[in-house]
Amino acid sequence: MFQAIHDAKLAWLYGGVLFLLLVSTLIGRSLKNHPRTYASRTTIDNINARIRAWWKMCAIFAAAVLIGPVGALILFGIISFLAMREYMTLVPTRRGDHRTLFWSFFVIMPLQYYLIGMQWYIVFAVMIPVLACIFIPVSIAIAGDTENFLERASKIQFGIMICGYSLSHAPALLLLRIPGFEGHDARLLLYLVIVDQVSGGLQYVWDKLIGKHKIAWRVSPNKTWEGLAVGVLSATALGTALWWATPFTPLQSAGMSLLICTLGFDGSLVTSAIKRDIGIKDFGLMIESHGGILDRIDSLCFVAPIFFHLVRYYFVP
Amino acid sequence: MNDRIHPIASLLAAIARGISGVQVQWAGCEPDERQRIYFANHSSHLDFVVLWSALPSEIRARTRPIAAKDYWEETTLRRYLAESVFRAVLLDRGSLARPKHQEEAHFVGRHLIDDMADALGTENSLIFFPEGTRGTGEKIGPFRSGLYHLALRRPDVELVPVYLENLNRILPKGEFLPVPMLSLLTFGKPVQVEPGEDKEVFLERAREAVAGLRRIGPA
Repeated sequence: MFQAIHDAKLAWLYGGVLFLLLVSTLIGRSLKNHPRTYASRTTIDNINARIRAWWKMCAIFAAAVLIGPVGALILFGIISFLAMREYMTLVPTRRGDHRTLFWSFFVIMPLQYYLIGMQWYIVFAVMIPVLACIFIPVSIAIAGDTENFLERASKIQFGIMICGYSLSHAPALLLLRIPGFEGHDARLLLYLVIVDQVSGGLQYVWDKLIGKHKIAWRVSPNKTWEGLAVGVLSATALGTALWWATPFTPLQSAGMSLLICTLGFDGSLVTSAIKRDIGIKDFGLMIESHGGILDRIDSLCFVAPIFFHLVRYYFVP
Repeated sequence: MNDRIHPIASLLAAIARGISGVQVQWAGCEPDERQRIYFANHSSHLDFVVLWSALPSEIRARTRPIAAKDYWEETTLRRYLAESVFRAVLLDRGSLARPKHQEEAHFVGRHLIDDMADALGTENSLIFFPEGTRGTGEKIGPFRSGLYHLALRRPDVELVPVYLENLNRILPKGEFLPVPMLSLLTFGKPVQVEPGEDKEVFLERAREAVAGLRRIGPA
């Protein structure tokens, strides 16, 4: 506990985040005072909302990292829970799904984080994709309602895979034993979150500034090829520059950052498609007072498992 | 802290708010200490506690639920919750359901209205579920006539429609373990009985006032 406080590089990394946040808050403030058109005002509001969320994330993250891996597990466990709460609220479920949902929230999800805490790697890796994937349709079948059976089972499975299983790979990074990097895993987690969030933010900004050709306008009218390319490149440049905080060489760090940025884009594209399908623009629409957590972490959900496995495969003997 | 609110009631209200993640919107009126009857759709055991917890504490201290005597006196725990914790007004709806003839029904009905009017007194407000029982949450059932008679008896009391959304998915009828989805609560514009308005017309209008507050669409 409280080991992280002696990690000078972590302090630098964290200080850098705070500095970046401070600068962007000031820019956001000054932009807010000079809005030119209605469209630019909504864009600036969106950016300021992101910045506010980042401040909160930053504070919670600091507390969690200071406490140690258990703190990060609890933090991500709560994020998983809140994200799945938003997802299940908006995905149509039926009365017959009630007990399955109860199990998903209060047994499967906590169990997943408990298994990470126990460092029981094999069970942690297969519990949800194998066991829960069998359990969910069986328990819905036992409830006896066959209407849209496959659809309901799949939607619950997908929700728990994305919000629970995938995201849980982020705090699982803290348990990897990378030679020469022992006790510094918090930096790796922070690196992942920084590159992922900065990439999302920069893509949004570049979309607005130079975006022309839409990638999939039906899914997300904001995302453009120009914004994607420049956003990914600029966030990758930042990630590369942070190699000193990671076990990677600058070249490896560039590759990892590129991967994080691209997969992060995929994650938010898929959540956009889900939102279109359900018929809402924003997961936060109904849940504005709850922050729309899923909107903030959708990219991380797609990145975390692949980043985890790459690091585990190449850097853990 | 209000000394008229039972500590267990405050605790249960906090738990219910946490589980239901309720987002409250005052769409047709503002919180007010005047006497009111809040009437809402009913699909979950959480309905009353969530609605009650959405009121500011000074109003909460003077707001009592109307509940069915036969159900809430069945076990010691229920009786304790209803009588001591939430100071519920327990109505004997059973005797209304099995009247021997028309006159008896009128007689019993009048007594129920008397009980509710007494409970209102000079300073209390009531929380009332005019469907009389919990539904599935898919659509709002027809309203019982109590609301109409009570409104005629106490025209000075404001009738505030309330829509509780998604609570049927959090704790449906027949389940005792909640699923923590998010919910919405909307206070609407007060309604009143128009001069000479027919009972059925008013009850349907009141039902539509509740249904019209739905924000997300079919549950």
